[in-house]
Amino acid sequence: MFGKLSIEAIPYHEPIVMIALGGAALIGLAIAAAITYYKKWGYLWKEWITSVDHKRLGVMYIIVAIIMLLRGFSDAIMMRAQQAIASGGAEGYLPPEHYDQIFTAHGVIMIFFMAMPFMVGLINIVVPLQIGARDVAFPFLNSLSFWLTVSGVILVNVSLGVGEFAATGWLAYPPLSDIQYSPGVGVDYWIWSLQISGIGTLLTGVNFFVTILKMRAPGMTMMKMPMFTWTSLCSVVLIIAAFPILTVTIALLTLDRYLGTHFFTNDMGGNQMMYVNLIWAWGHPEVYILVLPAFGIFAEVVATYCKKRLFGYTSMVYATVAITILSFLVWLHHFFTMGAGANVNSFFGIATMIIAIPTGVKIFNWLFTMYEGRVQFTVPMAWTIGFLITFTIGGMTGVLLAVPGADYVLHNSLFLIAHFHNVIIGGVVFGYLAGFTYWFPKVFGFKLNEKLGKASAWCWIVGFFVAFMPLYALGFMGMTRRLNSYDNPDWHFPLIVAAVGAAIIACGIACQLLQVVVSIKDRHKNIDETGDPWGGRTLEWSIPSPAPFYNFAHTPVVEERDAFWHMKEKGISEQKPAEYQDIHMPKNTSAGFFIGIIAAVFGFGLIWHMWWLAIAAGVGIFVTMVLRTFNDDIDYYVPAAEVERIESQRYQKLSNQA
Amino acid sequence: MRKWNYPDILKRMSLLATVALVLSGCTGSSLLDPKGPIGAEQKYLIMTSFYLMMIVVIPVIIMTILFAWRYNYIKNAKYSPNWSHSNKIEVVVWAVPLAIILILSILTWRSTHALDPHRVPESDREPIVVQVMAMDWKWLFIYPEQGIASVNELAFPVDTPVEFRVTSNSVMNSFFIPQLGSQIYAMAGMENTVHLLATEEGTYRGMSANYSGHGFSGMHFKALATSDEGFQQWVDSVRQSPESLQQDSFNELAKPSRNNPVEYYSTVTPGLYTDIVNSYITSGDSSHHGAEE
Repeated sequence: MFGKLSIEAIPYHEPIVMIALGGAALIGLAIAAAITYYKKWGYLWKEWITSVDHKRLGVMYIIVAIIMLLRGFSDAIMMRAQQAIASGGAEGYLPPEHYDQIFTAHGVIMIFFMAMPFMVGLINIVVPLQIGARDVAFPFLNSLSFWLTVSGVILVNVSLGVGEFAATGWLAYPPLSDIQYSPGVGVDYWIWSLQISGIGTLLTGVNFFVTILKMRAPGMTMMKMPMFTWTSLCSVVLIIAAFPILTVTIALLTLDRYLGTHFFTNDMGGNQMMYVNLIWAWGHPEVYILVLPAFGIFAEVVATYCKKRLFGYTSMVYATVAITILSFLVWLHHFFTMGAGANVNSFFGIATMIIAIPTGVKIFNWLFTMYEGRVQFTVPMAWTIGFLITFTIGGMTGVLLAVPGADYVLHNSLFLIAHFHNVIIGGVVFGYLAGFTYWFPKVFGFKLNEKLGKASAWCWIVGFFVAFMPLYALGFMGMTRRLNSYDNPDWHFPLIVAAVGAAIIACGIACQLLQVVVSIKDRHKNIDETGDPWGGRTLEWSIPSPAPFYNFAHTPVVEERDAFWHMKEKGISEQKPAEYQDIHMPKNTSAGFFIGIIAAVFGFGLIWHMWWLAIAAGVGIFVTMVLRTFNDDIDYYVPAAEVERIESQRYQKLSNQA
Repeated sequence: MRKWNYPDILKRMSLLATVALVLSGCTGSSLLDPKGPIGAEQKYLIMTSFYLMMIVVIPVIIMTILFAWRYNYIKNAKYSPNWSHSNKIEVVVWAVPLAIILILSILTWRSTHALDPHRVPESDREPIVVQVMAMDWKWLFIYPEQGIASVNELAFPVDTPVEFRVTSNSVMNSFFIPQLGSQIYAMAGMENTVHLLATEEGTYRGMSANYSGHGFSGMHFKALATSDEGFQQWVDSVRQSPESLQQDSFNELAKPSRNNPVEYYSTVTPGLYTDIVNSYITSGDSSHHGAEE
C-alpha cells in the first residue's frame, strides 16, 4: 500500500532536521492562522492562486525564490560551520550522511528553486510591460508553469521530513546516483522535483519566446527592444534548446533506476561519460540562462540611473547573441580531466575563452554608459558597481579554469567553487536583487527603503569577498570540494574566515528582508504617484504604479529605442487619450494550481513506489487538462468606462503633482 | 588632474597577488609549491594567464571606481545624455580582449599538448608503472613489475616518470597528487592514464578529487617520492607483508570502508587489475564490486 514508505522514513532521531521542520511548521501555522483571522483565504484564492496575471505570477515566483533562498542559504551556513569545525581529526557536528545531502540540496535549491524562479519572476513582471503587451501569449500556460515549479519545490522540501534527499552532488553523476550505489529515495526526490519543475520551465520558455516575438507594441522592431527583453529572449531560446536535454538525461537515469536499464551503469555497456556529457550540454547553457537576464537588468539600471542612453546597444545585442550560441559549444570544459585527448581539450578550452570577448565587451559598454553620465547612487546602482568589480574577477578566474593545463590541477577544487560563486553571486544574485529594487514600485506602487537596501548591498559585497577569497586560496592549497572533514591543519584558518564571510552575507539577507518590512510599514511616505519614480526610459514606466491589471489602456506606439524617454522628450507621455476601448482579458483559472498540486502527488507516488497513487494522480492530471480544454469560458472584456475610471485616477494624480 | 602611473600600480598589484599566493603555499598539497616538472609547468601556466588577464581586469576595476566617482551627479561633470556610440571605443573594447584571448589560445593549445596526461615526461629513465584503483573509499595501488600492492600509500623513486593506469572498482573518482600536477578521472571498466614525475624527495598528499559517497573525505593517501634505495626499501617492506592479493582478499577489500589504514600485499595475482577492468565490460556480475554500506 505505501510502497517503500514507512514510519522509519521520518528522521525523528535527527534533532537538527526535527528543529528545522518544527520551525517551518510553526511559521506555516502562524501564516495560516493570520490568513484565517483576517479572512483572506477567498482573496488569496481569487486574486493570487488562480490568477493568470503575469505580474501576480511574477510576484509569486519571487516569493518562492526568496523562501528557497533562505532554505538554500541555511544549507550554506551549515556547510561553512561544519568545515570551520571539522579540522584535524574533529568530525564536526554533521555526519557525512547528512552533510552530503546538504551540499546536494544547496546546489539544487539555489540553481533550480532560487535562481530560476527569481529570474522567471522578473521576466514575468517586466517583459510584457517593456514590450507594451497586456499579458503573455499563453496566460493559462504561465499559471501552469508556475504551479509545476511549486510542485518541484514541494517535493524538495518534503524530502526534508519524509525520507532523504540525494547525497550525490547537485548533478547526480552516475554510477553514484544509480540504484546500486544510492538505493534510497534521495535520488528519486531529485529526479522528480527536477523533472516536474523542468517541464514548467520549458513551458515558460515557449511562452515568452512567443510573447516576445509576436506581442511587441507596433513599431518596436527587434533592434528597438529594451536590453532586458533582448537578454530574456536569448535566455528563453536557451531554455527551449537546453531543457529538453535535461529532461531526456534524467529520464534515462530514471529508467536505469526504475526499470534496471543500463544507460549509465558501470556494467552491461552503460556509459557514465555519456551522462556527464549530456548533463553539461544542458548545464553550461543553464548558467547563461541565469546570467543573461541579469546582464539585461544591469543594462536597464545603468542607463536609467546614469540618465544616459545605453552605450553600444547594437554591440551589446550581438554580444548577447554570440554568448547564446557559444554557450552550447563549451560543455566539455566541465570535465577536462576525464581523459580526452589534447586536441579535444584545447578546442573546448579555446571556445570557452572566446566567450570572454563578448562578455568583456558588455562590461565596457556598461562602463561607457556611466562615462559622461549623471550617476545616481541608488540601491540598484550599488548592486551594479558591486557586480562590475566582482564579476570581472569571476570572469578572470573562469578563463583561468578554461585553460585545460591549469584545470588539471584546479578542477573540483575550492578554486572552482570560489569561481562559480563569484559569477553566480556577483552576476546573477546581484543582478536579480538590483532588478527587485528597481521594479518593485512598478508592482506595488511604492519604493523600497534606500538605507537598508544599501546596507544589504554592502553586506553582500563585503561578505562575498570575505567568504570566497579564502576559497580561491584553499584551491591553490590543494583542497577539494565536498569534504566533510579534513586532516590538513593549514586549511583551517581560511575556512574560519570563509564562515565569517557567510555570516556577513547573512546580515545582507537580513537587511534585505528588513528592507521589505520597513518599506511596507512606511509605504505612504514612499508612494510612487507618477508611475515613473526613477526617470525611466522604457515602456513599463509609462503606465501607473502599481501597474493596472490590463497594463496598457492603449497599446503604445514605439518610434525609438528608449520608447518612453522619447515620448517624454516629445512631451506626449502624459497626454490623455481621447477615448478608451473595451479590453480583452483572460479569466482566472484554478486548473494550473490543481495540475501542479496533483503533479507533486504524482511525483511523491513514484518516489515511494506507491504505484496506485502515481496512477491515480496521473489520471487526475489528465482529467484536469481535459476539463480545462472543454472550458470555453476563459476570457472577458473590461468595459471602456471602467478603463476610463481607472485611468482618470492616474491623470488626476499627475495633475495634482504638477 | 592627477596622473595615473599604470605600470607602477600593475607592479604593486601583482606583487601583492604573488605574496598572497606564496603565503597560501606552505602545505603538503600546495599547487604553488610543485615538486615536479608537470606541476611547475602548471604553476607557470596559471601565473602567466593570471598576469595576462590583469591587462583587462585592472583597468576595468579602476574605470568602474573612477567613472562612478567622476560622474557622480552631484559633481556636475560633463554630461552627454545622447552619446551612445563611438567607433574608436568599440574597436578597442573588442580588440583588446580579442588580442588577449588570441595569446591565451596559443598558450592553451601549446600547454594542453605539452601537459597531456597521456604524454610521458622527458627523462633518461624508463617509466615505472603503477595500476591505481579507486575503491569505496580507499585507493589500491598495484605494482605489476614488482608484483606487490598497497592501499592508501604509494611510493616511487624521484626523477623517474611514473605511469599511473587509473580505474575504479566503484563510482567515479579522480586521482590527484596536487604537488605533482595533473589529476585524472577513475572510472569503472576504463583505464585512464596520467604520467607524473617528482624531482624532489618528500611525502605528498594524494586524494580523490571527485566526490564519491559518504566515505569520500577519508579517501586520501600518502605519495612517497624517494631515492632509488628508499624505493627498494619500501618495496622490500611491502614484500614482508603476510597478506597477498587474490580474488578472495580483493573481494574483502572491495567492501566499503572509511578512513582505511595503510595496507601492504606481498604478492598479487597476475592480471587481477585487468580482470577487474574487464569484468565491467564483459558481464553483469557485480558481486565483487563495491556498494553502499
